[in-house]
Amino acid sequence: MTPARTPARPELPGGRAAAVSRPRRASRWLRPGHLFVLPYVVLLAFFGIIPVAYSVYLALTNASGGFAGFGNFTRTARDYRFAPAVEHVATYLVIWLLALAVFVVLLALVVHRLTSNRARVFIRFAYYIPGALAGAASVLLWLFVLDPTVSPVSALLRWTGNDQFTQVINTGHLPVLFAVIAFWTGAGGWILVLYGALNTIPADMLEAARVDGAGPVRTALRIQLPMIRKWVVYMLILSFAAGTQLFVEPTLISQASFGIVPNYYSVNQLAYQFAFTQNDLNGSAAISIDLLVVALLCAGLFVARGRLFETD
Amino acid sequence: MERRSRVCRMVNAFRSRRAMRRATVGVMAAGLLAVAACSGGQSVGGASATSGSNSPYGFTTAKQNSSAALTVWVDSTRLPFAQAYQKAHPNVKLNIVTYDGDANGSNTFKTKMSLYDRAGSGWPDVTFTADDNAASWGSLQGTGALAPLNKGLAPPSFLNGFATGSLGVCTVNGVTYCVRSDLAQVVLWYNKTLMQKFGYTVPTTWEQYEQLADKVAVQHPGYIVGTAGDAWTPEIYMWASQCPANDITGAKSLTVNTSNPNCLKMAKLLDNTIANKTMSTLSLFGPDFSKAEANGEGGKVLMLPGPAWYGGSVLQGTLKAPKGEFAVAAPLHWAGQPEVTGDVGGGAWWISSHSANLKAAENFIQWVTSTDSYDGTLNPGYPAYVPAAEKWAQATQATGYYAGNIVAPIEQAASDVWTGWGSGAFSQEAVWAKVVLSGMAQGKTIESLLPAWQTEIQNEAQVLGYTVTTQ
Repeated sequence: MTPARTPARPELPGGRAAAVSRPRRASRWLRPGHLFVLPYVVLLAFFGIIPVAYSVYLALTNASGGFAGFGNFTRTARDYRFAPAVEHVATYLVIWLLALAVFVVLLALVVHRLTSNRARVFIRFAYYIPGALAGAASVLLWLFVLDPTVSPVSALLRWTGNDQFTQVINTGHLPVLFAVIAFWTGAGGWILVLYGALNTIPADMLEAARVDGAGPVRTALRIQLPMIRKWVVYMLILSFAAGTQLFVEPTLISQASFGIVPNYYSVNQLAYQFAFTQNDLNGSAAISIDLLVVALLCAGLFVARGRLFETD
Repeated sequence: MERRSRVCRMVNAFRSRRAMRRATVGVMAAGLLAVAACSGGQSVGGASATSGSNSPYGFTTAKQNSSAALTVWVDSTRLPFAQAYQKAHPNVKLNIVTYDGDANGSNTFKTKMSLYDRAGSGWPDVTFTADDNAASWGSLQGTGALAPLNKGLAPPSFLNGFATGSLGVCTVNGVTYCVRSDLAQVVLWYNKTLMQKFGYTVPTTWEQYEQLADKVAVQHPGYIVGTAGDAWTPEIYMWASQCPANDITGAKSLTVNTSNPNCLKMAKLLDNTIANKTMSTLSLFGPDFSKAEANGEGGKVLMLPGPAWYGGSVLQGTLKAPKGEFAVAAPLHWAGQPEVTGDVGGGAWWISSHSANLKAAENFIQWVTSTDSYDGTLNPGYPAYVPAAEKWAQATQATGYYAGNIVAPIEQAASDVWTGWGSGAFSQEAVWAKVVLSGMAQGKTIESLLPAWQTEIQNEAQVLGYTVTTQ
């Protein structure tokens, strides 16, 4: 597409001189690569940046459109439901992210070490299947698993002292349950990503390590882990952002439990309640901005500590 | 030339990366303003609608078109109602949309209406909801856009046909926003065959009921005298006990006192019967109940205080109880106290003030509420519209499903509903579920959960702008 712009160039005052002296300069801001990302940028603008900007506008104004400063933020943070919701989501995130970081890496290393090609193909496929289920559908599946009356693992549930669904979904159990559900649906995809990352490590490097007497553990700790660190960080950033937005799981469990799990269990749900039960979109926007800021701060921290954008 | 050079300068400016970034931000800001400009469409809804006087209906209406299609939202239970209407009125263009009817406190109705309010279009003409909280909610500033019915839209002769007090939950500050589909007065359902077999007399007071439960626990363990595992448990027991947990004293004021002796008395009764295992803590519609307590071979339900609609959906639906076993007795009350009872839901029909065909919408709700059966299917609940209720009662009795006369006690209960329990903008059922039911699942007694129940009611009410007094 660059040539299409060329005819315009001679008409620009002084443009010709610039074009002559630095012939490649002009095309630098519109290269084919830019066109490839253009659709993404357009979508990002419409469904990411503009809504965020609109939320910022809402969060800083009151219902009649006047400037409210940080009033919406302090008001929503003082709401009796806010602190418990933050606590719920934080507990869930700690459990889930730790599980991801440990088990996903471990499982990816195991798959990578498998020598039988057929086993590898099968396991990769098996890992991927739960991820192929849409979010809400997999939660519905879990509702059955968690109900001792119909669960295939009812013996396990009863053994742990949970005879009724209402006992299983006790608020104290929920962070663990949500982490298990999220791990089950999301970890498979990440195992495949890390498996792919492990494949990028040159075989001769692993071979050299083996010749030098490094066992599988040592190879993993000294060579493989440092080399896939960026992918692990990437996984954690995306999972953190997704995890702070916990919504589908508690919402469905709230409905399935006839309301025993409150419909403001997570921060995102609280924002939803503000918007649609209280008709307070300004408060809702303030909570959304809270989430955005936390996600950005944590992503920034991960990027800095994980040296995500450093090139070797 | 002037124009051209300005364009050129802009293009030139774009060549600087920083400028491009700035311009991008500018474009986005413009987009943002456009979005903000589009979203200004707050609707005129609820109580404020009554101030409009450009129409005979007492609120500002949209441009009316007598041939405009009607969009009707119903839950799956009321789908046959809408379909029967369509069959009876082939000339009316009807778009029937099924949704969850706000079941389990889903708030779908409120959520969608809020979105339509902001978008400035999309409202359904007529909606059915299974909860009664929408009237209070719809009267809040800027929500709902519900059409007042008693300001000229619905004829007084129609509105006066509803059972006494039944439109109370639809009315805020004298403006009626809905009509009730069915009444849900609480009565005492009991298994006549079993009671006779065991030699028990049907109790008339809560004291007798508790004594009988103690007897059942010893003589016939496994049989139950009621359930307390559903979110509407307070509406069956606490309401009937005159517990002041939900006294809506004004459009925006509420009195709550769950430590009142009436609440305490009922909490103790429930705790006692739960402890001796005659009171089930399973949800009637959960998979455990139909498995554990299902009627038939091992019918374990001896008595079941509950709303009139239990006959259709619980006894015939969940339990599949055989014909001729269950009967209805008058609701229970405390000895020496007025004979009052509770009420569990009972859906309502709403009309949007934005409807382009209000006449047809009004005709629709008149038809569906005043008909006792739809294409041969009996209304699943006790109709709130009295003439329909009379026909319904006769038809129900004629099916011969129930043992004895069920019409008299149900009709009596309809006028016994205690008026001290109101219908606020928030769901009492949701509050009970998240505080009391979840506490019960952890083995706590209802008595010990009364303070937490109080706190949660206060919190919910205050969030929605209620002034709470605890007297």
